[in-house]
Amino acid sequence: MKSKDGRGACLMSERVAIEMREVTKRYPRVLANDRVDLSVREGEIHAIVGENGAGKSTLMKVLYGLVSPDSGSMLVGGEPFSPAGPRDAIRAGIGMVHQHFMLVDTLSIAENVVLGDEPRARGVFVDSRAASERVERLSREYGFELDPREKVEGLSVGLEQRVEIVKVLYRGASILILDEPTGVLTPNEVRELFSILRSLRESGRTIVFITHKLDEVLELADRITVMRDGRVTGVVEAGLTTREELAHMMVGREVLLRVSKSPGAPGETILSVRGLAVEGRKGTEAVRNVDLDVRSGEILGIAGVQGNGQTELIEAITGLRTAGAGSVALRGVDLTGRSPRNVRDSGVAHIPEDRQERGLVLSFTVAENLVFGRHHRAPYSGRGLLDLGAIGERAERLIDENDLRPRDPGSLAGSLSGGNQQKLIVARELDGRPVLVVACQPTRGVDVGAIEFVHRSLLDLRDEGAAVLLVSAELSEIMALSDTIAVMYRGEMVASFGAGEVTEDELGLLMTGGGDAREGRARDHAGGAGTKEPGADRRGGAA
Amino acid sequence: MSRFAKAVSVLSPVIAVAAALLVGGLVVMAIGESPLRVYSILFRGAFGSVDSLGYVVFNACPLIFTGLAVAFAFRAGLFNIGGEGQLYVGSFVCAWVGLKLGGVPAALAVPLLVLASAAGGAAWAAIPGFLKARFGVHEVINTIMLNFIAIGLTSYFVINVFKEPGQMTPQTAEIAASGQLPRLAGALQSVGIPLPAANPLNASILIALGAVWAAWFILNRTTLGYEIRAVGLNPSAAEYAGINVRRMLVVAMMISGAFAGLVATNEIMGFRYRYLDNFSAQIGFMGIAVALLGKNTPLGVLFAALLFGVLNTGALEVDVFTDVPRELILVLQAVTIILVVVANEVLTKKLREREAGAASQATEESA
Repeated sequence: MKSKDGRGACLMSERVAIEMREVTKRYPRVLANDRVDLSVREGEIHAIVGENGAGKSTLMKVLYGLVSPDSGSMLVGGEPFSPAGPRDAIRAGIGMVHQHFMLVDTLSIAENVVLGDEPRARGVFVDSRAASERVERLSREYGFELDPREKVEGLSVGLEQRVEIVKVLYRGASILILDEPTGVLTPNEVRELFSILRSLRESGRTIVFITHKLDEVLELADRITVMRDGRVTGVVEAGLTTREELAHMMVGREVLLRVSKSPGAPGETILSVRGLAVEGRKGTEAVRNVDLDVRSGEILGIAGVQGNGQTELIEAITGLRTAGAGSVALRGVDLTGRSPRNVRDSGVAHIPEDRQERGLVLSFTVAENLVFGRHHRAPYSGRGLLDLGAIGERAERLIDENDLRPRDPGSLAGSLSGGNQQKLIVARELDGRPVLVVACQPTRGVDVGAIEFVHRSLLDLRDEGAAVLLVSAELSEIMALSDTIAVMYRGEMVASFGAGEVTEDELGLLMTGGGDAREGRARDHAGGAGTKEPGADRRGGAA
Repeated sequence: MSRFAKAVSVLSPVIAVAAALLVGGLVVMAIGESPLRVYSILFRGAFGSVDSLGYVVFNACPLIFTGLAVAFAFRAGLFNIGGEGQLYVGSFVCAWVGLKLGGVPAALAVPLLVLASAAGGAAWAAIPGFLKARFGVHEVINTIMLNFIAIGLTSYFVINVFKEPGQMTPQTAEIAASGQLPRLAGALQSVGIPLPAANPLNASILIALGAVWAAWFILNRTTLGYEIRAVGLNPSAAEYAGINVRRMLVVAMMISGAFAGLVATNEIMGFRYRYLDNFSAQIGFMGIAVALLGKNTPLGVLFAALLFGVLNTGALEVDVFTDVPRELILVLQAVTIILVVVANEVLTKKLREREAGAASQATEESA
């Protein structure tokens, strides 16, 4: 386990756990899987990477019996395997940890785990003590640190995910499929998840791990299958490859994993937030006494675990939510309490956190979506009428400039890939020289190629003198783009740094309340960053 | 929209109508009549003569208005069940203004009454619109309740305040002649279409066709329509784009109510020339069925209303010449609607599978 090349070698047998041969699945408009071969050895962590739409999820759905393939064959543990549904897959020892958790909030952890397969007492009653004991045993064995009696509703996302994993183990799975498991986790939770997965591997279990994050793959996986456009483009040992090579296999061309960035040249203050307080749901104070300044030509990155008030902060700035106290000013003009339209019209662009909830009308065409938010302004609208000509021209231009696919202004936004949906929003919002760009999770769930595009666009705009407020849970994104980095934790700005003055690890700690938050602006706080954080200890143990 | 999606939206009503006729045929057989005979009588009743065709269009006319009302609100994400109440209020206001127009020339009286009808319906619909926008109260409950109130209030006024003197019938006196719409028989005869003079088809149908165009134009060509559709499809995104969602809810509801109110142009201005208590006989509710069948598009509403006009007109003949009660037509209409909804679900599920295939392929975000 010490050298990268040799890790797991002692445990990984040459026996094959899963063998998929020439699996093909065609949907009416796409070939989702085109003669895909997948071979997963027993006891290995096998990553399947690829951009969105490469066919990873379809392949796993085939394996789990959720989708029946048009052709191809499968072997599980050497036996021919053609599941009619997930039941067959579970019986064959395959367990799936879904991206979206399926837990009952009002039940305890133990009850959730045994749901559907409860240990019985006297035939009809659920034997809750037996359930608790079994869950406790599993929890101890793999370091889940779960209290079986605790209710699910209060759990963090990371813990909920562990409950899902225990659920799968409880049903006797020896092969675990995890679909994009890290998307919702904090950096520390990711480390903890990885150490759990490693201990599962040591117990002889086989893990199939779907992701599009290259760092994770290299850190965790033993072997990697890369997919693109429904085909396998490579199978490599994790120790013998690089991020660049993987990215190339995924995208089919050279990709800049980190956009080059010149030092910023900040000018006058554009956005000025003072003493802002915003109420969240259930009357809690989601944002507390926040001060912010973003200057022209500067990207201010706000790092933070989702749910620490970023959404409320952004919505208060963009007029979508009323601030309880404090003020928001744009170039000295007070924007507090203005309508969203008013804020937009004064030059604020907003890339929203959730593209499908806020950013797009999925049943509108691409052209209609590209004018969304400025549909009421000339030249797109005049005397109450839409100017379809101008709207069409704008669509053609933006599709062209931003290489949106498909190149058809008449196609519905809902039929676009996630990456293209995001590109659509970015293209729309960044067009027309905004004074301030508020970008919230701008690359969430989009693939490597689109990430490069979004990052490039934001930097270009900065260089043209726009102020950019970037909110992201993706630390690498914050690090790559920001000129100034602030950390938001529980509704407050707990620290702020210049670019290059802080490491990802330190940010990770601050984001989860580690480190001496009150010393916020101190540049030397990093040395004092607490070791109280439990994740840190465990990471040490697992390294 | 993909070609398949377009095909679905046209095909599902057609399939449903065909299937409904089949089911109706079984009912007819159960009664002991021959389906072929009944259907031939039904369609002869509707298409057999110029006179009957005139009736088809006349019967379709109010359904076009109420169908548009439901469809328009639906595009804003609102379910307006209150067409019945709105058409009563619109008609009542129309008659009330019409009674006072003695001496006003037709060129002024007709537009004034059209406006009064629309305004009455719009005002009545504004109430649930406002309650929804301001307090988030569901419009279905409020529109239903406002139907009762409208029916009760108009009844009260007709019987107790505005009843024609010396008459037993609960109706008002005739509105000013200058506010009455001409029948179309004369005009059609002069171009060689032999529509009998007694046929009630009147100029309201031209207003109805105008309304179909207006609904389409508002929804697809105006900034207001764009905003209304955005609110209907994704209110949260609409808010993000700077659209005043609450205002749009009220405005959409009022436009919807105005369409319902325009029923008065056929019933008051073009046919009865007076307000008759409880005249509607569910025209407002039939509008829901018409909108459903017409897929909530203005053109679809036009065709669906005409189909219902055919069924309603033919039903009379069926009643006279067979042992099948005219209520069979009601059954047919209801079965059609159910089948439209089912066919729609089935076909859109198919559609969604196709799209999902492509989209999950494209996004792979959901497990």
